[in-house]
Amino acid sequence: MRKEQTLTWWGRFVDHDVTYSFLHSPVTVIASIVTVLMIIAAFCAPVLTSYTPFVPGSLNLLDAFMPPAWEPGGVSEHFLGTDGQGRDILAAIMYGTQVSLTVGLLSVLLSIAIGIPLGIIAGYNGGWVDTAIMRIADIQLTIPPILIALMIDGVTRTSLSSEVHELVAIPVLIVSIGLASWPQYARITRSGAMVERRKDYIAAAQLIQTPTALILLRHIFPNVVGPTLIVATIGVAVAIIIEATLSFLGVGVPPTTPSLGTLIRIGNNFLFSGEWWITLFPAFTLVVLVLSVNLIGDWLRDTFNPKLR
Amino acid sequence: MPNDIIFTVNNLKVHFDISSPFITRLINGAPKLVLKAVDGLSFRIRRGETFSLVGESGCGKSTVARAVSGLYSVTSGDIIIDGQNLAEVKNKSKITDISRRMQMIFQSPYASLDPRWRVRDIIAEPIRAFGLAKNKEDERSQVEKLLRQVGLSERDGEKFPHEFSGGQRQRISIARALSSRPEFLICDEPTSALDVSVQAQILNLMTELQDELGLTYLFISHDLAVIDHISDWIGVMYLGRVCEITPKAALFSNPLHPYTRLLLETIPDLKGNNKRSPLEGEVPSPITPPSGCTFHPRCPFAKERCKRERPELITLGESQVACHAVEEKRL
Amino acid sequence: MAVVDISNLCIEFPTRRGVLSAVENLSLSIEAGEILGVVGESGAGKSLTGNAIVGLLEPPGHVTAGTIFLNGRDITHLRESEMRKIRGAQIGVIFQDPLTSLDPLYTIGRQLTQTILTHQDMTRAEAKKRAIDLLIEVGIPAPEKRFDAYPHEFSGGMRQRVVIALALCCEPCLIIADEPTTALDVSVQAQIITLLKRLAREKGVATMLVTHDMGVIAEAADRVAVIYSGRLAEIGTVRSIIDNPQHPYTKGLMDSIPQIGQNLKSLPNIVGSMPRLDDRPSGCAFNPRCSKSKDICRRELPNMIAAGDTGQSAACWIYAEGDEYA
Repeated sequence: MRKEQTLTWWGRFVDHDVTYSFLHSPVTVIASIVTVLMIIAAFCAPVLTSYTPFVPGSLNLLDAFMPPAWEPGGVSEHFLGTDGQGRDILAAIMYGTQVSLTVGLLSVLLSIAIGIPLGIIAGYNGGWVDTAIMRIADIQLTIPPILIALMIDGVTRTSLSSEVHELVAIPVLIVSIGLASWPQYARITRSGAMVERRKDYIAAAQLIQTPTALILLRHIFPNVVGPTLIVATIGVAVAIIIEATLSFLGVGVPPTTPSLGTLIRIGNNFLFSGEWWITLFPAFTLVVLVLSVNLIGDWLRDTFNPKLR
Repeated sequence: MPNDIIFTVNNLKVHFDISSPFITRLINGAPKLVLKAVDGLSFRIRRGETFSLVGESGCGKSTVARAVSGLYSVTSGDIIIDGQNLAEVKNKSKITDISRRMQMIFQSPYASLDPRWRVRDIIAEPIRAFGLAKNKEDERSQVEKLLRQVGLSERDGEKFPHEFSGGQRQRISIARALSSRPEFLICDEPTSALDVSVQAQILNLMTELQDELGLTYLFISHDLAVIDHISDWIGVMYLGRVCEITPKAALFSNPLHPYTRLLLETIPDLKGNNKRSPLEGEVPSPITPPSGCTFHPRCPFAKERCKRERPELITLGESQVACHAVEEKRL
Repeated sequence: MAVVDISNLCIEFPTRRGVLSAVENLSLSIEAGEILGVVGESGAGKSLTGNAIVGLLEPPGHVTAGTIFLNGRDITHLRESEMRKIRGAQIGVIFQDPLTSLDPLYTIGRQLTQTILTHQDMTRAEAKKRAIDLLIEVGIPAPEKRFDAYPHEFSGGMRQRVVIALALCCEPCLIIADEPTTALDVSVQAQIITLLKRLAREKGVATMLVTHDMGVIAEAADRVAVIYSGRLAEIGTVRSIIDNPQHPYTKGLMDSIPQIGQNLKSLPNIVGSMPRLDDRPSGCAFNPRCSKSKDICRRELPNMIAAGDTGQSAACWIYAEGDEYA
């Protein structure tokens, strides 16, 4: 008894089973360190690098096509080399990761913001409400995100001027990826809500005339949100991949504010002329980022909800 | 003394539509399926007493508990608490008042407490819902008093449900039920998930609280020994109907209905008098109940009339029984 | 010779906070045709003992010491493939929930013949005949008709009978029944108990009946072992344990069972609750709840010794020789 009281929250945190499991999974520890470093590098890019690769005036075409520092002809100022317009690849990757992460995180946030409430309402009410919501989800699932993005992109491209289009390109990406993947969060939340609503603590809350909205918010939500957030971690990785795919196809982020996908596309043009570094390093970054986030997601899933495996 | 009756149930029916969705039914030409979980049930409970419903699983006793508390909607029949017919009360503040006075204790000590809430919040939930505390300080002292009342310590309020054993969780459940200062408690198998030694503790706590607070209990159980210990009146249920209502002493000394006799015979006897004669057969499905008296396929005293005609409750002394054989003095 | 003979069995669960010893120094044996009841609260280790015999301990739990002999053969640390043969052919297992033992995708007839054919050299027709005989034996009406039914088409009691029939497929010499009646109604319970008793009497099957229900024990068991916090508290014939319990825990347990016609205002009960496995007090595990506990009870572990005049033995210092308990 006394032992429990003397422990501070930090002590409890260190002693916790989750911390233990985390520290005993070297892969997860490495993945987390890599992810954190990449997030820092991405969002602190203006501080960490003096290059501004996407401000056209700051570029010097004389620096174009420089190989990485360790190759013959490489200079240490441009460690990973430069591209056809003299942009520093390392700085471009840092800014590109920033765009990729932003799109990934925000689109997943949008998905769960739609999916969790709808899933809770469907699972708790059952009956025709459930049927209606889940049919909409099914229809949504039949339209792949690439198609939605192509559609929205097509509409905005024709109806808006090119400046405005570039401005709304990232929000459009977020919305189309977010819209496309809410059904999976709705499904997980729904099945959780269906289990919880049959438990007697819900009956106890109903007995004292608790309004349904409060039951959903205070009882169902806290009990079903966990598994959904775990899946959302993996969802971030998936969203980054979708974004990269779209950008690679040219319907995603415009070249003025490139993401990792855009960088890969740009570099792809030079691949056969020998400038491999322009596409390889962004691609490698994408792989490491997605892999790390996925590994963290897998660990979270195995630790908190082994049944989902 | 009619005003002594706190709780009356008249001809209660709870039917569930368990047929497949409309479209599927249309395609397969399947009929509508109705599960008559409770089919014409009447009983009364006096203030300060314990009325128990006993029966095998599937007899509808838990459905009664949930219908009476308002968790299931009633198909027909009256539920009257303190002279107010629940179906006729439309005034919102009156509904709130009735639900405050009627609380429930559930079977599973695991599913009945929200795992994400601290114990003090679980117990305070009804206090907040009905606005029974003047301020935070008052609420806190009420919760602490309740914790002591059910035999837990004040510090336990800070913990989460998973830190407690089954018996302690059931104490928390009782504290929550008492927090709205109810007069009437519905107890749905409150001890059947507990070990015997813990069961004794919880049963004792419930009797103490009844004496102290003048509570009235509707107690649901399948365990006749527990029923015998806690009840004043006992109703025996079979397939959604009551077959016998008697004072406790009469049930065990002088069971009237053949089903009651069967139940009494099947209780394992600690004394080891191995004269238990297991009657063959099981409870039939409530979707397609037998005609007439639903017990007739298993009843050794069944006659033609039992297959045709449904027996009604008749009064015999203090007891009521629904059986043709008893009515015809064959038993 | 006893069919199964367990001596000094220890089962441990290594966790990162230390090793939990779930069962400690447990010794018991079951003769042919005998039903041994094993009782205790949930978490006392009674099911673990049953699982250890059939090699179904859930990892990381494992047997760390002691031996289990089946018909004179040491089966304590058999490999899984060997154990599976024994489970099918010599030991029948019946669990609380019949649905966990039956495959919902296959008819019960197919499950029965399949089990028979795996362990016995028979033709398909012979196996079918044997399966139907088994269904008759466990009291399933119209077995030929029910042969092709799926588990969900049976009621709870009938399903438990099918599980018993499955357990009987290869004429086992030992049946481990873990709470076989807990999920069933009292009237069905009585039928299952009668069936288990008949099997023991007529076929000489040794049965280990694990349950928390003393009523079932009183009716079915010949001898009873009472387990408290992973240790044997008392063992003796069913009448001696129920009518004349000697260990203070057994006494408290017996008193706390409500009985019809008792008319007590409040039930006697044991104060407190069973300690967690990682929080067991030193000495006798029951000492904090025992009204008769003395200094020695808090210091030293009691051994099983003869207690009372009805022939049972109990692990309690009260019955120690000399004046150790004074």
